[in-house]
Amino acid sequence: MSFLTINNLTAHVGKRPVLRDVSLSVQAGEVCGLVGESGAGKSMIGKAVLGILPLAIEATGGEIILAGVDLQSLPAKERRQFIGAKTALIPQDPLTALNPSRRVGSQITNRLVDILGWTKPDAEHRALELLSEVQIDDPKRVMLCYPHELSGGMRQRLLIAAAFAAEPQLIIADEPTTALDVTVQKQILRLIKEMQARYGTALLFVTHDLGVVSKVCQKVLVLYDGVVLEQATVEDFFTGPRHPYSRALLEATPKYTDPTGSLTPIPLHVLEGVRLQVAAYDRMQNHV
Amino acid sequence: MADVSTKINLPIGMRLWLSAGWLTLLVVTALFAPLLAPQDPLAQDLFTARLPPFWVVGSEPGYPLGSDSLGRDVLSRMMYGGRVALSVALIAGTLTCLLGASLGLIAGYFRGWPDMIISRLVDIWMAFPPVLFAILLIAVLGTGLTSIIIAIVVIDWTRFARVIRAEAIGQGAMDYVASAQVAGHKRFGIMIQEILPNILPTMCILLTLEMGIAVIVEAILSFVNLSISTDQPTWGGMISEGRVSIHQAWWVLVFPLVILFLTVLSFSQLGEGLKDRFDPVLR
Repeated sequence: MSFLTINNLTAHVGKRPVLRDVSLSVQAGEVCGLVGESGAGKSMIGKAVLGILPLAIEATGGEIILAGVDLQSLPAKERRQFIGAKTALIPQDPLTALNPSRRVGSQITNRLVDILGWTKPDAEHRALELLSEVQIDDPKRVMLCYPHELSGGMRQRLLIAAAFAAEPQLIIADEPTTALDVTVQKQILRLIKEMQARYGTALLFVTHDLGVVSKVCQKVLVLYDGVVLEQATVEDFFTGPRHPYSRALLEATPKYTDPTGSLTPIPLHVLEGVRLQVAAYDRMQNHV
Repeated sequence: MADVSTKINLPIGMRLWLSAGWLTLLVVTALFAPLLAPQDPLAQDLFTARLPPFWVVGSEPGYPLGSDSLGRDVLSRMMYGGRVALSVALIAGTLTCLLGASLGLIAGYFRGWPDMIISRLVDIWMAFPPVLFAILLIAVLGTGLTSIIIAIVVIDWTRFARVIRAEAIGQGAMDYVASAQVAGHKRFGIMIQEILPNILPTMCILLTLEMGIAVIVEAILSFVNLSISTDQPTWGGMISEGRVSIHQAWWVLVFPLVILFLTVLSFSQLGEGLKDRFDPVLR
Protein backbone atom coordinates (compact mmCIF):
# COMPACT_ATOMS: atom_id res chain seq x y z
CA MET A 1 0.00 0.00 0.00
CA SER A 2 1.26 3.39 -0.79
CA PHE A 3 2.08 5.80 2.00
CA LEU A 4 0.86 8.91 0.23
CA THR A 5 -1.93 8.87 -2.33
CA ILE A 6 -3.25 11.97 -4.01
CA ASN A 7 -6.41 11.55 -6.03
CA ASN A 8 -7.59 14.18 -8.52
CA LEU A 9 -6.23 17.10 -6.52
CA THR A 10 -7.42 20.42 -7.90
CA ALA A 11 -6.52 23.88 -6.64
CA HIS A 12 -7.47 27.37 -7.73
CA VAL A 13 -6.27 30.93 -7.33
CA GLY A 14 -9.57 32.73 -7.57
CA LYS A 15 -11.03 31.23 -10.72
CA ARG A 16 -7.73 30.22 -12.29
CA PRO A 17 -6.75 26.57 -11.76
CA VAL A 18 -3.17 25.94 -10.59
CA LEU A 19 -3.46 22.18 -10.04
CA ARG A 20 -5.60 20.20 -12.44
CA ASP A 21 -6.64 16.69 -11.39
CA VAL A 22 -3.25 15.71 -10.03
CA SER A 23 -3.01 12.10 -8.93
CA LEU A 24 0.08 10.41 -7.63
CA SER A 25 1.20 7.86 -5.11
CA VAL A 26 4.37 7.45 -3.14
CA GLN A 27 5.23 4.07 -1.58
CA ALA A 28 6.80 3.89 1.85
CA GLY A 29 10.53 4.47 1.44
CA GLU A 30 10.20 5.54 -2.18
CA VAL A 31 11.73 8.67 -3.70
CA CYS A 32 9.42 10.38 -6.12
CA GLY A 33 10.52 13.36 -8.20
CA LEU A 34 8.25 16.19 -9.27
CA VAL A 35 9.66 18.12 -12.21
CA GLY A 36 8.38 21.02 -14.24
CA GLU A 37 9.03 24.63 -15.07
CA SER A 38 8.55 27.48 -12.65
CA GLY A 39 4.85 27.89 -12.01
CA ALA A 40 4.00 24.33 -13.04
CA GLY A 41 2.56 23.71 -9.60
CA LYS A 42 5.15 21.28 -8.32
CA SER A 43 5.70 23.09 -5.01
CA MET A 44 1.94 23.50 -4.64
CA ILE A 45 1.48 19.74 -4.48
CA GLY A 46 3.94 19.52 -1.61
CA LYS A 47 2.34 22.44 0.16
CA ALA A 48 -1.13 20.94 -0.27
CA VAL A 49 0.04 17.71 1.35
CA LEU A 50 1.59 19.62 4.25
CA GLY A 51 -1.45 21.85 4.66
CA ILE A 52 0.51 25.06 4.13
CA LEU A 53 -0.98 26.33 0.88
CA PRO A 54 -0.76 30.12 0.64
CA LEU A 55 -3.94 31.94 1.58
CA ALA A 56 -4.76 32.88 -2.01
CA ILE A 57 -4.69 29.26 -3.16
CA GLU A 58 -7.61 27.04 -2.36
CA ALA A 59 -7.72 23.27 -2.77
CA THR A 60 -11.02 22.84 -4.58
CA GLY A 61 -11.22 19.13 -5.15
CA GLY A 62 -9.69 15.71 -4.75
CA GLU A 63 -8.34 13.91 -1.75
CA ILE A 64 -5.00 13.43 -0.04
CA ILE A 65 -4.57 10.13 1.76
CA LEU A 66 -1.63 9.99 4.14
CA ALA A 67 -0.79 6.70 5.84
CA GLY A 68 -4.27 5.41 5.00
CA VAL A 69 -6.07 8.42 6.47
CA ASP A 70 -8.01 10.86 4.32
CA LEU A 71 -6.74 14.22 5.57
CA GLN A 72 -10.04 15.93 4.94
CA SER A 73 -11.80 13.57 7.33
CA LEU A 74 -9.75 14.90 10.26
CA PRO A 75 -10.71 18.02 12.21
CA ALA A 76 -8.25 20.89 11.75
CA LYS A 77 -6.34 20.43 15.00
CA GLU A 78 -5.92 16.68 14.67
CA ARG A 79 -4.98 17.05 11.02
CA ARG A 80 -2.22 19.47 11.96
CA GLN A 81 -0.82 17.11 14.56
CA PHE A 82 -1.16 14.11 12.26
CA ILE A 83 0.69 15.83 9.44
CA GLY A 84 3.29 17.07 11.92
CA ALA A 85 3.95 13.56 13.17
CA LYS A 86 4.07 11.86 9.78
CA THR A 87 5.79 14.40 7.57
CA ALA A 88 8.47 17.07 7.47
CA LEU A 89 9.68 19.69 5.06
CA ILE A 90 13.12 20.44 3.67
CA PRO A 91 12.55 23.97 2.36
CA GLN A 92 14.05 25.63 -0.66
CA ASP A 93 15.87 28.56 0.85
CA PRO A 94 18.11 27.70 3.80
CA LEU A 95 18.56 31.41 4.47
CA THR A 96 14.96 31.95 5.53
CA ALA A 97 14.13 28.48 6.75
CA LEU A 98 15.68 28.86 10.19
CA ASN A 99 14.28 31.33 12.67
CA PRO A 100 16.94 34.08 12.80
CA SER A 101 16.37 34.91 16.45
CA ARG A 102 16.78 31.43 17.88
CA ARG A 103 19.82 29.23 18.31
CA VAL A 104 19.81 26.45 15.76
CA GLY A 105 20.11 23.71 18.37
CA SER A 106 16.83 24.65 19.99
CA GLN A 107 15.13 24.62 16.60
CA ILE A 108 15.96 20.93 16.28
CA THR A 109 15.34 19.91 19.89
CA ASN A 110 11.98 21.71 19.87
CA ARG A 111 10.69 19.29 17.28
CA LEU A 112 11.65 16.28 19.34
CA VAL A 113 10.03 17.80 22.40
CA ASP A 114 6.89 18.93 20.57
CA ILE A 115 6.25 16.03 18.23
CA LEU A 116 7.65 13.05 20.09
CA GLY A 117 7.22 14.39 23.62
CA TRP A 118 10.84 13.83 24.59
CA THR A 119 12.54 15.46 27.55
CA LYS A 120 14.94 18.27 26.85
CA PRO A 121 18.20 16.43 27.72
CA ASP A 122 17.17 13.45 25.56
CA ALA A 123 16.35 15.77 22.71
CA GLU A 124 19.67 17.56 23.03
CA HIS A 125 21.54 14.29 23.01
CA ARG A 126 19.68 13.14 19.91
CA ALA A 127 20.20 16.52 18.19
CA LEU A 128 23.97 16.19 18.66
CA GLU A 129 23.76 12.73 17.10
CA LEU A 130 21.73 14.07 14.19
CA LEU A 131 24.21 16.84 13.60
CA SER A 132 27.04 14.36 13.29
CA GLU A 133 24.88 12.27 10.98
CA VAL A 134 24.58 15.23 8.63
CA GLN A 135 28.37 15.60 8.84
CA ILE A 136 28.61 18.79 10.83
CA ASP A 137 31.92 19.12 12.61
CA ASP A 138 31.88 20.32 16.19
CA PRO A 139 28.10 19.88 16.64
CA LYS A 140 28.28 21.18 20.22
CA ARG A 141 29.43 24.60 19.02
CA VAL A 142 27.05 24.70 16.06
CA MET A 143 24.06 23.95 18.33
CA LEU A 144 24.65 27.27 20.07
CA CYS A 145 25.03 29.32 16.88
CA TYR A 146 22.47 31.67 15.44
CA PRO A 147 21.54 30.93 11.81
CA HIS A 148 23.32 33.98 10.40
CA GLU A 149 26.61 32.70 11.77
CA LEU A 150 26.49 29.66 9.49
CA SER A 151 26.97 29.20 5.75
CA GLY A 152 24.16 28.24 3.37
CA GLY A 153 25.43 24.67 3.09
CA MET A 154 25.65 24.35 6.87
CA ARG A 155 22.13 25.65 7.26
CA GLN A 156 20.81 23.21 4.68
CA ARG A 157 22.51 20.39 6.61
CA LEU A 158 20.81 21.59 9.76
CA LEU A 159 17.47 21.70 7.99
CA ILE A 160 17.99 18.15 6.82
CA ALA A 161 18.82 17.13 10.36
CA ALA A 162 15.70 18.94 11.58
CA ALA A 163 13.53 17.29 8.94
CA PHE A 164 14.72 13.79 9.84
CA ALA A 165 14.76 14.52 13.59
CA ALA A 166 11.31 13.24 14.49
CA GLU A 167 11.70 10.34 12.04
CA PRO A 168 8.78 11.23 9.78
CA GLN A 169 7.67 8.68 7.21
CA LEU A 170 7.43 11.22 4.43
CA ILE A 171 9.65 14.21 3.74
CA ILE A 172 8.85 16.80 1.16
CA ALA A 173 12.00 18.36 -0.24
CA ASP A 174 11.09 21.56 -2.02
CA GLU A 175 14.02 22.30 -4.36
CA PRO A 176 16.46 21.78 -1.49
CA THR A 177 19.55 22.49 -3.58
CA THR A 178 18.40 25.40 -5.73
CA ALA A 179 19.74 28.12 -3.46
CA LEU A 180 23.17 26.48 -3.07
CA ASP A 181 26.21 26.61 -5.30
CA VAL A 182 27.04 23.60 -7.42
CA THR A 183 29.74 21.97 -5.29
CA VAL A 184 27.60 22.22 -2.17
CA GLN A 185 24.56 21.00 -4.11
CA LYS A 186 26.27 17.72 -4.78
CA GLN A 187 27.15 17.14 -1.13
CA ILE A 188 23.67 18.05 0.04
CA LEU A 189 22.09 15.75 -2.52
CA ARG A 190 24.28 12.86 -1.45
CA LEU A 191 23.44 13.62 2.17
CA ILE A 192 19.69 13.63 1.56
CA LYS A 193 19.96 10.31 -0.27
CA GLU A 194 22.05 8.82 2.53
CA MET A 195 19.69 9.96 5.25
CA GLN A 196 16.70 8.78 3.24
CA ALA A 197 18.23 5.33 2.85
CA ARG A 198 19.20 5.16 6.53
CA TYR A 199 15.74 6.03 7.80
CA GLY A 200 13.73 4.47 4.98
CA THR A 201 11.77 7.68 4.60
CA ALA A 202 9.55 8.27 1.59
CA LEU A 203 10.62 11.42 -0.22
CA LEU A 204 8.70 13.72 -2.50
CA PHE A 205 11.46 15.58 -4.29
CA VAL A 206 10.41 18.80 -5.98
CA THR A 207 12.99 20.01 -8.48
CA HIS A 208 13.49 21.44 -11.92
CA ASP A 209 16.78 19.65 -12.38
CA LEU A 210 16.46 16.37 -14.29
CA GLY A 211 20.05 15.52 -13.37
CA VAL A 212 18.99 15.49 -9.73
CA VAL A 213 16.03 13.27 -10.54
CA SER A 214 18.20 10.70 -12.27
CA LYS A 215 20.50 10.52 -9.24
CA VAL A 216 17.98 10.49 -6.42
CA CYS A 217 14.55 9.34 -7.53
CA GLN A 218 12.89 6.04 -8.39
CA LYS A 219 9.82 7.58 -9.91
CA VAL A 220 9.18 10.85 -11.68
CA LEU A 221 6.18 13.03 -12.49
CA VAL A 222 6.31 15.73 -15.15
CA LEU A 223 4.03 18.68 -14.58
CA TYR A 224 3.01 21.52 -16.83
CA ASP A 225 0.63 24.23 -15.64
CA GLY A 226 -0.84 21.99 -12.98
CA VAL A 227 -1.35 18.95 -15.25
CA VAL A 228 0.57 15.71 -14.81
CA LEU A 229 1.87 15.00 -18.32
CA GLU A 230 3.78 11.86 -17.56
CA GLN A 231 4.34 9.54 -14.65
CA ALA A 232 7.05 6.92 -15.01
CA THR A 233 9.84 5.07 -13.28
CA VAL A 234 13.16 6.81 -13.63
CA GLU A 235 14.58 4.06 -15.90
CA ASP A 236 11.64 4.28 -18.28
CA PHE A 237 11.68 8.05 -18.22
CA PHE A 238 15.31 8.48 -19.09
CA THR A 239 15.43 5.67 -21.66
CA GLY A 240 12.14 6.36 -23.40
CA PRO A 241 9.99 9.29 -22.29
CA ARG A 242 6.51 9.00 -23.76
CA HIS A 243 5.22 12.54 -23.67
CA PRO A 244 6.69 14.88 -26.32
CA TYR A 245 7.17 17.55 -23.63
CA SER A 246 9.22 15.14 -21.50
CA ARG A 247 11.37 14.31 -24.52
CA ALA A 248 11.89 18.01 -25.21
CA LEU A 249 12.70 18.58 -21.54
CA LEU A 250 15.36 15.88 -21.64
CA GLU A 251 16.88 17.34 -24.77
CA ALA A 252 16.98 20.76 -23.15
CA THR A 253 19.08 19.45 -20.25
CA PRO A 254 22.87 19.85 -20.44
CA LYS A 255 24.72 16.53 -20.56
CA TYR A 256 27.95 15.71 -18.75
CA THR A 257 29.01 13.50 -21.64
CA ASP A 258 28.82 16.39 -24.08
CA PRO A 259 29.40 19.58 -22.11
CA THR A 260 30.09 21.74 -25.17
CA GLY A 261 27.12 20.46 -27.18
CA SER A 262 24.42 23.00 -27.84
CA LEU A 263 21.10 22.66 -26.02
CA THR A 264 17.83 22.30 -27.83
CA PRO A 265 15.16 24.68 -26.61
CA ILE A 266 11.71 23.17 -26.17
CA PRO A 267 10.19 23.34 -29.69
CA LEU A 268 7.24 25.66 -30.07
CA HIS A 269 4.96 22.98 -31.48
CA VAL A 270 5.54 20.89 -28.35
CA LEU A 271 4.63 23.80 -26.10
CA GLU A 272 1.61 24.52 -28.28
CA GLY A 273 0.54 20.89 -27.91
CA VAL A 274 0.91 20.98 -24.13
CA ARG A 275 -1.09 24.19 -23.91
CA LEU A 276 -3.82 22.63 -26.03
CA GLN A 277 -3.86 19.67 -23.68
CA VAL A 278 -4.29 21.99 -20.69
CA ALA A 279 -6.96 24.02 -22.48
CA ALA A 280 -8.83 20.89 -23.47
CA TYR A 281 -8.82 19.80 -19.86
CA ASP A 282 -10.23 23.16 -18.74
CA ARG A 283 -12.98 23.03 -21.38
CA MET A 284 -13.93 19.57 -20.25
CA GLN A 285 -14.16 20.76 -16.63
CA ASN A 286 -16.39 23.66 -17.59
CA HIS A 287 -18.84 21.32 -19.32
CA VAL A 288 -19.17 18.91 -16.44
CA MET B 1 38.48 42.40 10.56
CA ALA B 2 38.79 43.24 14.24
CA ASP B 3 39.82 46.87 13.80
CA VAL B 4 37.13 47.43 11.17
CA SER B 5 34.42 46.29 13.54
CA THR B 6 35.69 48.51 16.37
CA LYS B 7 35.70 51.48 14.00
CA ILE B 8 32.07 50.82 13.16
CA ASN B 9 31.05 49.97 16.70
CA LEU B 10 32.44 53.02 18.43
CA PRO B 11 29.88 55.57 17.20
CA ILE B 12 27.08 53.07 17.79
CA GLY B 13 28.22 52.58 21.37
CA MET B 14 28.66 56.33 21.84
CA ARG B 15 25.20 56.96 20.52
CA LEU B 16 23.67 54.42 22.86
CA TRP B 17 25.56 55.65 25.93
CA LEU B 18 25.06 59.35 25.29
CA SER B 19 21.33 59.00 24.76
CA ALA B 20 20.91 56.56 27.64
CA GLY B 21 22.99 58.89 29.85
CA TRP B 22 20.88 61.91 29.03
CA LEU B 23 17.64 60.03 29.63
CA THR B 24 18.92 58.62 32.92
CA LEU B 25 19.84 62.13 34.03
CA LEU B 26 16.32 63.26 33.13
CA VAL B 27 14.69 60.39 34.99
CA VAL B 28 16.77 61.05 38.10
CA THR B 29 16.07 64.79 38.14
CA ALA B 30 12.39 64.18 37.49
CA LEU B 31 12.14 61.58 40.26
CA PHE B 32 14.01 63.67 42.80
CA ALA B 33 12.76 67.05 41.62
CA PRO B 34 11.50 68.05 45.10
CA LEU B 35 14.99 67.46 46.53
CA LEU B 36 17.05 68.82 43.66
CA ALA B 37 15.06 71.84 42.54
CA PRO B 38 16.57 75.06 43.92
CA GLN B 39 13.19 76.80 44.18
CA ASP B 40 9.50 76.00 44.44
CA PRO B 41 8.51 75.81 40.76
CA LEU B 42 5.24 77.60 41.44
CA ALA B 43 6.49 80.33 43.81
CA GLN B 44 5.88 83.70 42.20
CA ASP B 45 7.92 86.72 43.24
CA LEU B 46 7.86 89.81 41.13
CA PHE B 47 11.10 91.04 42.73
CA THR B 48 12.94 88.19 41.08
CA ALA B 49 11.13 88.40 37.74
CA ARG B 50 13.11 87.87 34.51
CA LEU B 51 16.43 87.13 36.17
CA PRO B 52 18.97 86.10 33.50
CA PRO B 53 20.92 82.79 33.62
CA PHE B 54 24.02 82.58 35.79
CA TRP B 55 26.65 83.72 33.29
CA VAL B 56 24.86 86.94 32.45
CA VAL B 57 25.34 90.09 34.56
CA GLY B 58 22.44 90.60 36.97
CA SER B 59 21.81 86.93 37.73
CA GLU B 60 21.10 85.66 41.22
CA PRO B 61 22.63 82.51 42.77
CA GLY B 62 19.27 80.83 43.60
CA TYR B 63 18.19 81.01 39.95
CA PRO B 64 20.94 79.30 37.86
CA LEU B 65 18.98 79.35 34.59
CA GLY B 66 17.10 82.55 35.33
CA SER B 67 13.45 83.14 36.08
CA ASP B 68 10.34 83.90 34.06
CA SER B 69 8.18 87.00 34.04
CA LEU B 70 6.39 85.88 37.20
CA GLY B 71 9.67 85.29 39.00
CA ARG B 72 9.50 81.48 38.91
CA ASP B 73 12.78 79.56 38.64
CA VAL B 74 13.28 78.17 35.12
CA LEU B 75 15.49 75.24 36.20
CA SER B 76 13.03 74.07 38.86
CA ARG B 77 10.15 74.35 36.44
CA MET B 78 12.01 72.32 33.86
CA MET B 79 12.71 69.60 36.42
CA TYR B 80 9.05 69.34 37.36
CA GLY B 81 8.08 69.60 33.70
CA GLY B 82 10.29 66.58 33.05
CA ARG B 83 8.01 64.51 35.30
CA VAL B 84 5.07 65.15 33.00
CA ALA B 85 7.09 64.67 29.82
CA LEU B 86 8.64 61.40 30.98
CA SER B 87 5.46 59.86 32.36
CA VAL B 88 3.69 60.70 29.11
CA ALA B 89 6.59 59.27 27.09
CA LEU B 90 6.82 56.03 29.04
CA ILE B 91 3.15 55.29 29.62
CA ALA B 92 1.72 56.56 26.35
CA GLY B 93 4.62 55.11 24.34
CA THR B 94 4.26 51.66 25.89
CA LEU B 95 0.47 51.55 25.61
CA THR B 96 0.56 52.76 22.00
CA CYS B 97 3.12 50.11 21.20
CA LEU B 98 1.11 47.35 22.85
CA LEU B 99 -2.12 48.27 21.11
CA GLY B 100 -0.69 49.06 17.67
CA ALA B 101 1.79 46.20 17.56
CA SER B 102 -0.75 43.55 18.60
CA LEU B 103 -3.21 44.69 15.96
CA GLY B 104 -0.45 44.93 13.34
CA LEU B 105 0.87 41.48 14.22
CA ILE B 106 -2.59 39.92 13.97
CA ALA B 107 -3.34 41.67 10.68
CA GLY B 108 0.01 40.79 9.16
CA TYR B 109 0.17 37.19 10.24
CA PHE B 110 -3.44 36.04 9.98
CA ARG B 111 -4.27 38.16 6.90
CA GLY B 112 -7.82 37.45 5.65
CA TRP B 113 -10.68 39.25 7.37
CA PRO B 114 -8.78 40.41 10.50
CA ASP B 115 -6.34 42.14 8.15
CA MET B 116 -9.19 43.67 6.15
CA ILE B 117 -10.80 45.16 9.25
CA ILE B 118 -7.61 46.39 10.86
CA SER B 119 -6.10 47.81 7.67
CA ARG B 120 -9.25 49.70 6.71
CA LEU B 121 -9.48 51.03 10.25
CA VAL B 122 -5.90 52.27 10.01
CA ASP B 123 -6.61 53.92 6.65
CA ILE B 124 -9.63 55.73 8.01
CA TRP B 125 -7.79 56.70 11.20
CA MET B 126 -4.85 58.15 9.34
CA ALA B 127 -7.11 60.37 7.26
CA PHE B 128 -7.84 62.50 10.37
CA PRO B 129 -5.43 65.40 10.95
CA PRO B 130 -3.65 64.20 14.12
CA VAL B 131 -3.32 67.49 16.01
CA LEU B 132 -6.93 68.41 15.38
CA PHE B 133 -7.92 64.91 16.44
CA ALA B 134 -5.93 65.30 19.65
CA ILE B 135 -7.47 68.69 20.45
CA LEU B 136 -10.92 67.27 19.78
CA LEU B 137 -10.24 64.29 22.04
CA ILE B 138 -8.94 66.47 24.87
CA ALA B 139 -11.97 68.71 24.48
CA VAL B 140 -14.19 65.67 24.97
CA LEU B 141 -12.13 63.94 27.69
CA GLY B 142 -11.14 67.06 29.57
CA THR B 143 -7.54 68.07 30.35
CA GLY B 144 -5.23 66.05 32.57
CA LEU B 145 -2.44 63.51 32.33
CA THR B 146 -4.75 60.56 31.65
CA SER B 147 -6.52 62.37 28.85
CA ILE B 148 -3.23 63.19 27.15
CA ILE B 149 -2.10 59.60 27.37
CA ILE B 150 -5.39 58.35 25.97
CA ALA B 151 -5.24 60.90 23.17
CA ILE B 152 -1.72 59.85 22.17
CA VAL B 153 -2.59 56.14 22.23
CA VAL B 154 -5.77 56.66 20.24
CA ILE B 155 -4.00 58.74 17.61
CA ASP B 156 -0.67 57.01 17.23
CA TRP B 157 -1.44 53.28 17.37
CA THR B 158 -1.77 53.33 13.57
CA ARG B 159 1.94 53.96 13.16
CA PHE B 160 2.74 50.70 14.95
CA ALA B 161 -0.05 48.79 13.26
CA ARG B 162 1.19 49.75 9.80
CA VAL B 163 4.86 49.00 10.30
CA ILE B 164 4.42 45.85 12.37
CA ARG B 165 1.86 44.50 9.90
CA ALA B 166 4.36 44.87 7.06
CA GLU B 167 7.05 43.19 9.16
CA ALA B 168 4.74 40.34 10.11
CA ILE B 169 3.79 39.76 6.47
CA GLY B 170 7.49 39.56 5.58
CA GLN B 171 8.30 37.16 8.41
CA GLY B 172 5.17 35.09 7.77
CA ALA B 173 6.34 34.35 4.24
CA MET B 174 9.62 32.86 5.50
CA ASP B 175 10.16 29.14 5.31
CA TYR B 176 10.79 28.81 9.03
CA VAL B 177 7.16 29.71 9.62
CA ALA B 178 6.07 27.06 7.12
CA SER B 179 8.26 24.52 8.94
CA ALA B 180 6.69 25.42 12.26
CA GLN B 181 3.26 25.02 10.69
CA VAL B 182 4.17 21.61 9.33
CA ALA B 183 5.44 20.60 12.75
CA GLY B 184 1.85 21.02 13.94
CA HIS B 185 2.07 24.24 15.94
CA LYS B 186 -1.00 26.39 16.46
CA ARG B 187 -1.14 29.58 14.39
CA PHE B 188 -1.34 31.73 17.51
CA GLY B 189 1.65 29.96 19.06
CA ILE B 190 3.70 30.48 15.91
CA MET B 191 2.83 34.16 15.96
CA ILE B 192 4.06 34.59 19.52
CA GLN B 193 7.02 32.22 19.56
CA GLU B 194 8.39 32.41 16.03
CA ILE B 195 7.37 35.73 14.56
CA LEU B 196 7.26 38.10 17.52
CA PRO B 197 10.95 37.70 18.48
CA ASN B 198 11.95 38.65 14.95
CA ILE B 199 9.83 41.77 15.06
CA LEU B 200 11.11 42.95 18.45
CA PRO B 201 14.05 44.97 17.05
CA THR B 202 11.68 46.98 14.86
CA MET B 203 9.23 47.33 17.72
CA CYS B 204 12.03 48.58 19.94
CA ILE B 205 12.93 51.34 17.47
CA LEU B 206 9.32 52.30 16.96
CA LEU B 207 8.72 52.38 20.71
CA THR B 208 11.55 54.79 21.40
CA LEU B 209 10.53 56.88 18.41
CA GLU B 210 7.01 56.95 19.77
CA MET B 211 8.27 58.07 23.18
CA GLY B 212 9.91 61.04 21.49
CA ILE B 213 6.73 61.77 19.57
CA ALA B 214 4.70 61.52 22.78
CA VAL B 215 6.94 64.15 24.40
CA ILE B 216 6.36 66.41 21.39
CA VAL B 217 2.62 65.86 21.35
CA GLU B 218 2.42 66.65 25.05
CA ALA B 219 4.43 69.83 24.41
CA ILE B 220 2.13 70.80 21.54
CA LEU B 221 -0.93 70.29 23.70
CA SER B 222 0.65 72.28 26.53
CA PHE B 223 1.54 74.98 24.06
CA VAL B 224 -2.13 75.39 23.17
CA ASN B 225 -3.01 75.11 26.88
CA LEU B 226 -4.76 71.78 26.52
CA SER B 227 -2.37 69.66 28.53
CA ILE B 228 -2.68 69.52 32.30
CA SER B 229 -3.72 72.18 34.77
CA THR B 230 -1.69 75.38 34.65
CA ASP B 231 -0.42 74.95 38.21
CA GLN B 232 1.80 72.10 37.02
CA PRO B 233 4.80 73.16 34.93
CA THR B 234 5.29 71.48 31.56
CA TRP B 235 7.93 72.06 28.87
CA GLY B 236 5.30 72.96 26.29
CA GLY B 237 3.65 75.36 28.70
CA MET B 238 7.01 77.03 29.44
CA ILE B 239 7.71 77.43 25.74
CA SER B 240 4.29 78.94 25.30
CA GLU B 241 4.84 81.40 28.16
CA GLY B 242 8.39 82.16 27.06
CA ARG B 243 7.19 83.03 23.57
CA VAL B 244 5.42 86.10 24.93
CA SER B 245 8.55 87.53 26.55
CA ILE B 246 11.10 86.31 24.02
CA HIS B 247 12.60 89.81 23.59
CA GLN B 248 13.00 90.48 27.31
CA ALA B 249 13.83 86.99 28.60
CA TRP B 250 14.91 84.55 25.86
CA TRP B 251 15.99 81.94 28.42
CA VAL B 252 12.43 81.15 29.42
CA LEU B 253 11.81 79.88 25.89
CA VAL B 254 15.22 78.55 24.90
CA PHE B 255 16.06 76.24 27.81
CA PRO B 256 12.88 74.11 27.68
CA LEU B 257 13.19 74.02 23.90
CA VAL B 258 16.75 72.67 24.10
CA ILE B 259 15.73 70.10 26.71
CA LEU B 260 12.80 69.01 24.58
CA PHE B 261 15.02 68.71 21.52
CA LEU B 262 17.70 66.70 23.35
CA THR B 263 15.11 64.38 24.87
CA VAL B 264 13.36 63.57 21.61
CA LEU B 265 16.72 63.08 19.92
CA SER B 266 17.90 60.80 22.75
CA PHE B 267 14.82 58.63 22.50
CA SER B 268 15.28 58.01 18.79
CA GLN B 269 19.03 57.45 19.15
CA LEU B 270 18.42 55.06 22.05
CA GLY B 271 16.20 52.99 19.76
CA GLU B 272 18.82 52.82 17.03
CA GLY B 273 21.53 51.98 19.53
CA LEU B 274 19.49 49.24 21.20
CA LYS B 275 18.64 47.70 17.85
CA ASP B 276 22.29 47.60 16.82
CA ARG B 277 23.13 46.00 20.13
CA PHE B 278 20.40 43.39 20.36
CA ASP B 279 19.61 42.38 16.80
CA PRO B 280 21.33 38.99 16.45
CA VAL B 281 22.02 39.59 12.76
CA LEU B 282 23.68 42.95 13.28
CA ARG B 283 25.46 42.05 16.47
